Amino acid sequence: MRLKNKLIGGSIITASALSVVLILAIIVIILVVTIIGGKDTLSWKFLTSFPTDGMMKGGIFPAIYGTALLVIVMSLAAVPFGAITAIYLTEYAHEKSWIAQTIRFAVRTLATVPSIIFGLFGLGFFIKYVGGGMDHLFMGGQLKWAQPNLLWGSLTMALLTLPVVIVSVEEAIRTVPRELREASLALGATKWQTIKKVVIPGSISGIMTGTILAVSRGAGEVAPILFTGAAYYLATLPTSVSDQFMNLGYHIYVLSTQSSNVDQTLPIQFATTLVLLMLTFTLNLTAVLIRSRLRRRIK
Amino acid sequence: MNSDYKKTAYTFTAESLRKKFRFSEYFAEKLITSVAFLSIAIIILIFFFVFRESLPAFKSVSKTKAQTTEAAVNKPESYGGNEAAAEQKPETYNGAEPSAAPQKPETYTGADSETTANKPESYGVVKDSALSEKEVNPDGNLVSSESSGGEGSLSSLFSNEWYPVSENPRYGLIPLFVGTLKVTLIAMLFAAPVAILAALFSSAFAPAWLREWIKPAIELLAGFPSVVIGFFALMVMATFLQNVFGYETRLNSFVGGIAMALAAIPVIFTITEDALTAVPATYSEASLALGATKWQTAVFVTLPAATPGIFAAVLLGVGRVFGETMIALMATGNAALSSLNPFESVRTLAATIGAEMAEVVFGDMHYGVLFLIGSILFIFNFTLNALAEFYVKVRLVRKIQGRGA
Repeated sequence: MRLKNKLIGGSIITASALSVVLILAIIVIILVVTIIGGKDTLSWKFLTSFPTDGMMKGGIFPAIYGTALLVIVMSLAAVPFGAITAIYLTEYAHEKSWIAQTIRFAVRTLATVPSIIFGLFGLGFFIKYVGGGMDHLFMGGQLKWAQPNLLWGSLTMALLTLPVVIVSVEEAIRTVPRELREASLALGATKWQTIKKVVIPGSISGIMTGTILAVSRGAGEVAPILFTGAAYYLATLPTSVSDQFMNLGYHIYVLSTQSSNVDQTLPIQFATTLVLLMLTFTLNLTAVLIRSRLRRRIK
Repeated sequence: MNSDYKKTAYTFTAESLRKKFRFSEYFAEKLITSVAFLSIAIIILIFFFVFRESLPAFKSVSKTKAQTTEAAVNKPESYGGNEAAAEQKPETYNGAEPSAAPQKPETYTGADSETTANKPESYGVVKDSALSEKEVNPDGNLVSSESSGGEGSLSSLFSNEWYPVSENPRYGLIPLFVGTLKVTLIAMLFAAPVAILAALFSSAFAPAWLREWIKPAIELLAGFPSVVIGFFALMVMATFLQNVFGYETRLNSFVGGIAMALAAIPVIFTITEDALTAVPATYSEASLALGATKWQTAVFVTLPAATPGIFAAVLLGVGRVFGETMIALMATGNAALSSLNPFESVRTLAATIGAEMAEVVFGDMHYGVLFLIGSILFIFNFTLNALAEFYVKVRLVRKIQGRGA
């Protein structure tokens, strides 16, 4: 009986340990395969030049540039709104009130909505409804805003990354000790002054983490921008928010499934994947490090 | 100092203690509150607009009846010369209204035609329709008749054929559902055990220092963009698995399912781990004190106590796989077949939207059906999330507090 017990126990522990090993192995394999496949092509020139020969050769600069613009515009929209929502949830709303509960539920729902739905929403709401309305009002019916562009792509992406920001900022605000707030209020500061001078500076690292995580998420997602702004190939860089843009993730997708000769562009695909993976990996790692420092501070 | 203080003896009246009205305070609070409502507004807007755009799918039914005669006279151009391998590919623009042309997302405009031409067969049907679009209308001039837009009828939604761009379009969602469920099932069969066991190891068996490493490492997997996982599955895993199992179609629901499992594992792991660590330590302490071993405690005490949480984790994992687009687009082969063989290509609901939305004409039936699929996905995900949220959470709390399961 005892032996049998030991056997079962041993096998359960081994199986669970193997699961962890399997997951970690997959992570390592993906990293290693991408690095091996992409390292020969990856060079400074690759990062800074335009694609040539119908995207068969050349670099990926427009894709990097487009991704950067996308995440910048996205952050400008997502971070303030996310941070303010987090402030409301922690400072103003009562934990148990139905408003706070509903907002929390909405945020969690937003976090689990499939990314393609955001793409559809971007198309239906931003491009057709808002863009169409803007064209009607300002452009006299001329087509300018009612088509995919950087602004709509970024805003769609902002909706997707909003919950990421809210969750991290909220977590950070909760680490600001209550005594600090009470001290500030006792000195005669108003609630808004306390938030402005005590709570926000105290949670700046959380806002940073949220931004980094949102940027990493936004840089990697492709589905929301499939039909809200990403372009297959552009000869020039986007100059305004009403231009379309190229995107790293979309570039990988296009090259690996839509191009005429997949095998020939394989090195470029691997190198692009490597760039994207390194980008999101570094961002996530930074966020994880900041966060673990934050968690240690609570303890 | 002390005497000074006494001189200005303060008398607190009801008046002086009343909170002063400050406009900036009031303004800040109202502004913050209204911004916070944005999340709720977004959810409602998503629901409203995705559903609103799917209305053409329903309208087309009556339109079809009214225009049958016109359709007979004004027969849509059939591009017969277009090599027609299966009905799925030809006539992307069949039924386009010219006025709708500029509105179309111009995803392919920048591409030179060489890139889209001569593409390999093995990557599925979607791109073939992109190809035929390019060949037929290189400069985007749409030749078409208005009437054919509503040829498919709503009843065809329940048929077994998904031929959205054929001369006689049929929008049977059954193959898409079968494909999605098949992929989801395969992904969950792989992801759920692995993720739950890993969470069990991390929370029950691993020493504290190891846990500190495992959790962030697996969270890093969550940070991998799905397009990267899709690319990995397409280029590396598909070939590897084909060599191991020796099936015929390189890209199929099996490869797609395993790849999506990689996306679902971090979701399931994180929530399960949280649920397991949320079980009060007194539970396991009591069990250990009664002489149970570590693994007995973990399997017979901690795990059952966290069941609702694990259930929620699996639900959210299902939601993640169900709506996953890029992996499905890249690794499942994208053929709308409704077979139960896991080694055949499938086309999932989400991938259908992703692949075809760029090619449809705004406002026609195909467009509406794609949005209808989007609504279905959204409602399904919303329900899953609500289930995980309310029912499961209530049960978890009750169970841990000992108020009966």
